[in-house]
Amino acid sequence: MNLFFRQVLAIYRKDLLAEWRGKEMISSMLVFGLLVIVVFSFAFEPDTEETARLMPGLLWIAMGFAAILGLNRSFSGELRLGALQGLLLAPMDRSAIYLGKLCGNLTFMLLADGVLLVCFAVLYNFSVLPVLWKLLVVVFLGTAGFAIVGTLFSAVALNTRMSEVLLPILQLPITVPLMIAAIEATAALSNPSRTADYSGWLQMLAAFDIIFFVLCLWLFEFVIEE
Amino acid sequence: MGQKSWMAAMGGGALLLVMLAALYSTFLWVPTERTMGHVQRIFYFHMPSAVIASLAFFVVFVSGIGYLLSRKSFWDRLALSSAEIGLTFITITLITGPIWARPVWGIWWTWDARLTTTLILGLIYLSYLMLRACVIDKERRATLAAVVGIVGFIDVPLVFFSIRWFRTQHPQPVLMGGQGSGLAPEMRLNLLLCVIAFLVLFAWLLRLRYRLETLSEEVESIRQGVLVSRGES
Repeated sequence: MNLFFRQVLAIYRKDLLAEWRGKEMISSMLVFGLLVIVVFSFAFEPDTEETARLMPGLLWIAMGFAAILGLNRSFSGELRLGALQGLLLAPMDRSAIYLGKLCGNLTFMLLADGVLLVCFAVLYNFSVLPVLWKLLVVVFLGTAGFAIVGTLFSAVALNTRMSEVLLPILQLPITVPLMIAAIEATAALSNPSRTADYSGWLQMLAAFDIIFFVLCLWLFEFVIEE
Repeated sequence: MGQKSWMAAMGGGALLLVMLAALYSTFLWVPTERTMGHVQRIFYFHMPSAVIASLAFFVVFVSGIGYLLSRKSFWDRLALSSAEIGLTFITITLITGPIWARPVWGIWWTWDARLTTTLILGLIYLSYLMLRACVIDKERRATLAAVVGIVGFIDVPLVFFSIRWFRTQHPQPVLMGGQGSGLAPEMRLNLLLCVIAFLVLFAWLLRLRYRLETLSEEVESIRQGVLVSRGES
């Protein structure tokens, strides 16, 4: 296998292992996301009609906020015992670090999304099964975009004062188009009269992902330098 | 007076002249709009402010690329100055807009594509300035700010198109718009004059803010020098 991909894989495995042993990211994401879902039930009358109307936005707010919580921890583990220095001293391209981190973040976020989606479907009586595959595509593309931007910004926010506050402040305005597209694509699935919009919003999601993937891959090497 | 201060005085004079001309022509010369009345005149400040804000954020974007490629602090000072001015002008846009919208649309605000994009644009550069305030090391701050400045600018068209698909109410662009759009010749002339006045103002402010940043960096390095020499004695 290509050396570059082996390096990416090595960082990915390291992150998976660290998360498996600590379970810091995934547990905070799950508990927080679940709390958002529960607290929202007080904001409106959770009957079928209201739920169908508000469901897409609610789902993505829960998943997005949970993701930010997880992203905050993405690089904080590297600060301990000079782990980041070790990572930077390793003889490899900086983009390999970005890709490895991105894969790790995306995995944890998707896991959390899956659990949140199940909880959501049960608690709000939302039938996921008929549109499951299409919904999973939306969830994947939306979460990927969030992880692509978030991995870069969590590296930016690292080593700043108030880094935990700075990440959402940077992340949320930039991901507005992503959130709109993800929410609208989900709405197209849950509302039969809007099914036609689905593929358009999916293209928007894909465009966002591709543009920012290229951009963040290039910019990451500047961010992570000493 | 040296050559520089002569040029500054000339620039200041030009700014004063063009601003007075713009004020005169907006309030006394240009005809009143038939249906909207006097409130339409705010357009001559609203639209140029939006133009200047976009220009300022474009300067931040270019400076970001310039800094990452050259590592010259010139680009960073330019980016900071331009971002602050851009945020000021976008705030003017966001304030003058509702003042016009209230009597004409009957509401202060609507979540239309251009309004929302402008608001998000303001928020992006607000977060840009917050990031700058949170990084102490100068070179690190310049690099991180450059990265966020680039990402933020690339994001703007995406924000606009996503919200445009979503909903829209803002009047069609009056210049280079579709059929039925357009301004009376006097109004177009007045608008042009206002845009020029704001451009000169932008250049003037940018120069001042850039100088202020240069001076405060000098003061900081002198202060550091004094602290170091005190520590040695």
